[in-house]
Amino acid sequence: MNYDVAVIGAGVTGGLTAAALARYRLGVCIVEAGADVALGATKANSAIVHGGYDPVPETLKAKLNVKGAAMMADLCRRLDVHYKNNGSMVVAFDEEQLEHVKMLYERGKTNGVPEISVITGDEARRLEPALSKNVVGALLCKSSGIVCPYDLTIAAVGNAMDNGTDLVCNFRVTSISDDGEFYTLRSEGGDEIKAKYIVNAAGLGSDEVARLYGDDYHLVAKKGEYMLLDKSEGGLVSRTIFQTPTKAGKGILVTPTVDGNLLVGPTSEKTERDDKTTTLEGLDTIKAKASLSVDGINYRAVITSFAGLRSSFEESEDFVLEISKHSPRAVNAIGIDSPGLSSSPAIAEYIVNLLKDAGLGLEENPEYVGTRISCKHFRTLSDAEKNEMIKNDPSYGRVICRCETVTEGEILSAIRQNPKATTTDGIKRRTRAGMGRCQAGFCTPFVTELIAKELGIAENQVTKTGGGSRLLLGKRK
Amino acid sequence: MKKCDIAIIGGGPAGMAAAVSAYDNGVKNILIIERDEGLGGILRQCIHNGFGLHRFGEELTGPEYADRYKKMVLEREIPYIVKTMVLGIEQGENGRHTVTAMNSESGVFTIDAGAVVLAMGCRERSRGQLNIPGERPAGVYTAGTAQRFINIKGEMPGKNVVILGSGDIGLIMARRMTLEGANVKVVCELMPYSGGLNRNIVQCLNDFDIPLRLSHTVSKIHGKERVEGVTVSEVDEHLRVIPEKSEYIECDTLLLSCGLLPENELTKGAGIELDRVTGGATVNQNRRTEQTGVYSCGNVLHVHDLVDYVSEEAELAGKSAAEFVKAGCKEPEYVRRLAVIATGGVRYTVPQRVDVTENPDDIKIYFRVGAVMENVRVRVSCGEKELLLQKKRKVAPGEMEFVRIKGEQLTECDGDITVEIVK
Repeated sequence: MNYDVAVIGAGVTGGLTAAALARYRLGVCIVEAGADVALGATKANSAIVHGGYDPVPETLKAKLNVKGAAMMADLCRRLDVHYKNNGSMVVAFDEEQLEHVKMLYERGKTNGVPEISVITGDEARRLEPALSKNVVGALLCKSSGIVCPYDLTIAAVGNAMDNGTDLVCNFRVTSISDDGEFYTLRSEGGDEIKAKYIVNAAGLGSDEVARLYGDDYHLVAKKGEYMLLDKSEGGLVSRTIFQTPTKAGKGILVTPTVDGNLLVGPTSEKTERDDKTTTLEGLDTIKAKASLSVDGINYRAVITSFAGLRSSFEESEDFVLEISKHSPRAVNAIGIDSPGLSSSPAIAEYIVNLLKDAGLGLEENPEYVGTRISCKHFRTLSDAEKNEMIKNDPSYGRVICRCETVTEGEILSAIRQNPKATTTDGIKRRTRAGMGRCQAGFCTPFVTELIAKELGIAENQVTKTGGGSRLLLGKRK
Repeated sequence: MKKCDIAIIGGGPAGMAAAVSAYDNGVKNILIIERDEGLGGILRQCIHNGFGLHRFGEELTGPEYADRYKKMVLEREIPYIVKTMVLGIEQGENGRHTVTAMNSESGVFTIDAGAVVLAMGCRERSRGQLNIPGERPAGVYTAGTAQRFINIKGEMPGKNVVILGSGDIGLIMARRMTLEGANVKVVCELMPYSGGLNRNIVQCLNDFDIPLRLSHTVSKIHGKERVEGVTVSEVDEHLRVIPEKSEYIECDTLLLSCGLLPENELTKGAGIELDRVTGGATVNQNRRTEQTGVYSCGNVLHVHDLVDYVSEEAELAGKSAAEFVKAGCKEPEYVRRLAVIATGGVRYTVPQRVDVTENPDDIKIYFRVGAVMENVRVRVSCGEKELLLQKKRKVAPGEMEFVRIKGEQLTECDGDITVEIVK
């Protein structure tokens, strides 16, 4: 099929770009190497909408972070994604760090970050009683927030698809040729997709994709390990607590998540591009460092640990968002590391403008629908509304995941709704079934059965996350 | 709003036994609320034998044991609802309770109950809680999940298996998977002793030549999509991995049998404090929690090794709930409260307190020790007074112990009761 635009990569950058393009009368296709959306850097990061005081003024990071953060609440409302404006603190443990905090304050002011101030240690502890007594001062940012990055991406891709965008998963782009009007994207498997314009939002693979049309970038993978704690611990802090960045690194944050868990991490370590392993040392480092800023973190309540990869440039600090120097209808989004999630709504807008500069015609689509209802919507309803829904569809009355109270109705909706879940991890990220304290011990057999039934496949063909990740290896004797 | 005298949360062995006992003690208006499709709880997937030796004097399979109790429930026509999830428990008027639940038929609804018996069971410790480093491929299962796949669904979760943890379910699954043609390469146990029953080590490992490596753990999981192998490492006396003593073992599946955790989210939601060691509510000798009219029994109270003990405890809780209801939702008149303190090698006791009446009944104090000890004595005392000194040839963390204290002895107690192991 021939498209106007092919977006390579269904992470938060690609997903939001596709959603932004959905406003226009265009044929758009998202091409994704994995079995589902949001499997790369988007899947595992700190899930923070930063205020924007970190990036150096005048950089793309500074501009797009502040702008993106301001757009986030509205975007999330439109896409039925849970966003919480919980605020954040950067805590200092000594005078030197306090100087750095004051520098961040000045930087924030220059960048146009709203609602920031420098407060004393006691003021900080009044707001967050669990803060360590060693905190001597902090930067308080009321405008920052938290959002679930894959929730946002799933919703954005779903909204784009509802408006006619195609999503092709399991399509790893291995060659790109250009006949002057159309690019031809070829996959490992020999499939082809043609598009007049391409957006390279391939995350950690974006330098390799760029090389296919002559651009030379070199990314490094930086691994960040995290620990997620039970919802019983989610109330330890209400704001995101950062440590002051030092020469040794950015420090470990402690934050509630939108779903009510407590998240601590990340480490930061250069690694291989496919290395998402957690390590004993990494997890020990997190424990030791997180406990510096917040007292009483109950590590017995850790329910899972994971690692994510950031795609960073070794030399340059800033995002690369530009029309390719070698290929005039290709737009690069390369090196989108932190604050990539915070910036993503503004990055998407920026990319659309670059496409326009490259010659793409943008005609409003009169049938465009800007909203989407999440399969998780059920849990937000009142009892009376829930009962109305259960009356119409009894599957909403049957709880499948007991830890997170996820019903069969929500799971079926996740399988049927764009972008359709086809794996147990896909169900987990869309509905939270399996995301709770038992970590899918009880619900895996039920979720597997629902996927098999809906997709019309055998249960032992169901995978955790596509490819060879089969859950079951055959029938019993 | 539905109304009943006793709401029983959970229709597994504990819930059914509590219901039968409450009924036989004179309260008929009972409601069992079960989340699965039928009564029986986890026993439905435990198709091995070894159940019921104490209770029925014969060896039954899990489903057979469950059916015995199910029959008793049906004979008494005790009402039960299935596929129903309890969402919350709150204290209501006049010592009563409001239970909120949800199912497909009635949506979200409430039940006004005189007494509540908590019988929700437990869950298994997961990979995430164990913090096993490495990748996150498919093929890492808790033993119970694997058991459900094999026994209920007829599907094999794996072919080449390493098992971490020598808890009973892990041992049972080592045998089960071997019988189904899988190659169980090794069972690793972090501690220097097994957490399972001795009979299971003999019948499930030794009889099938499956090696058990004590003081070993899985220090890394390998495999991007499906498990490809695990690193097995010896641990030192502080349970820390010794990197030099590590070995890569190829496998497609890692089963975890590393302990069970009482599932007390509802209990916490009801504002009831939990015992840090058991993970269950703290109870008195009647299995009453800190909250009037709320009782707890079975694996939600503390993890048992034998279902026979679960039934016994549930009968006590059911009887207590019935007496509470019959007294017009009132507790008996207690004259004294004695704390039961676990010390000197004893990790915990159930009950954690004794509420003494004018004419106290005999009580049983269950306990678990923290390490394997041989030729020791259990000493129960109150201040200077020794209530009991009992010889034990061997005590182990994997085997629950109990002692009996006579009612008349309790009458004489006026301080904390201490349970300890002495030489």
